[in-house]
Amino acid sequence: MSVEPLWTEVAGPIITGIGMLPKNTAPSTIGAPTIEKETRAEEALDLPWHVVVHNDPVNLMSYVTMVFQRVFGYPRDKAERHMLEVHHKGRSILWSGMREPAELYVQQLHGYLLLATIEKIA
Amino acid sequence: MEIRRRKNQIEISELDPFLSELLRQIPASANTQGAHAAEQRIFSAPAKGKEAELCAEWKMYVEPELRRLFQSATQTVGSDLEQLNGNEKSLANRTLRIPTKHADAWLSALNQARLVIAAKNNFTELELNDHLRSPIGSRRDLSLFQVNFYGFLQEFILRELEC
Repeated sequence: MSVEPLWTEVAGPIITGIGMLPKNTAPSTIGAPTIEKETRAEEALDLPWHVVVHNDPVNLMSYVTMVFQRVFGYPRDKAERHMLEVHHKGRSILWSGMREPAELYVQQLHGYLLLATIEKIA
Repeated sequence: MEIRRRKNQIEISELDPFLSELLRQIPASANTQGAHAAEQRIFSAPAKGKEAELCAEWKMYVEPELRRLFQSATQTVGSDLEQLNGNEKSLANRTLRIPTKHADAWLSALNQARLVIAAKNNFTELELNDHLRSPIGSRRDLSLFQVNFYGFLQEFILRELEC
């Protein structure tokens, strides 16, 4: 059984984020900003990342399912599939996408005391 | 012990002195201080392998936020548990009422306490699944009972949240 994330899920937060960009409605009175040169390789920035949850024998199955529902907004059956994959295979990829939202997801999961990491997609 | 939902509260009644004491120990049990294994588990690394920069930034910026979050949960639970304070010598059963708005804080503190106790005792998966083990015996057995008792409360609170 595979519960790899769908790529539509990956695009979700990015598309949502575009709508939040401020509109340039008035001319700026300050000088043009200095654009710092990005030091990280472009390739490293573009590579998508996985959010991985690892097995932990202490966390309750029902608790882990609830966390997946809350953090990722997954329906119960999908959250349970991921929870069972963690339980049986030792890990499950919960989400894939750009680094920044991936880090935020991991932060939320750590807030619920789950063992979660981000991994660069090979 | 009886546990039920009453309007906006979760009521745990008929708490004998032993279970009352186990509940009172939740905030202390969730404390990682002085226990390296527990500290490692509660504040686990966000990446494995080569992401040293990310791990360093995480320690500096994210970990203090997580500490505040966990501390806030245990403080809420601690204040609810003040209901159990009183005459320490009394053997009378007690009642604890948890406002449902505190349910998330209880889930967090109970989970943290279970993880810390398990890490300190280095419990195996086999031991954690042995729910029939008697609490009467070694300190280790008592800690295992504590983990299971807190897990039972977590399950109940989760069920109530779903309703």
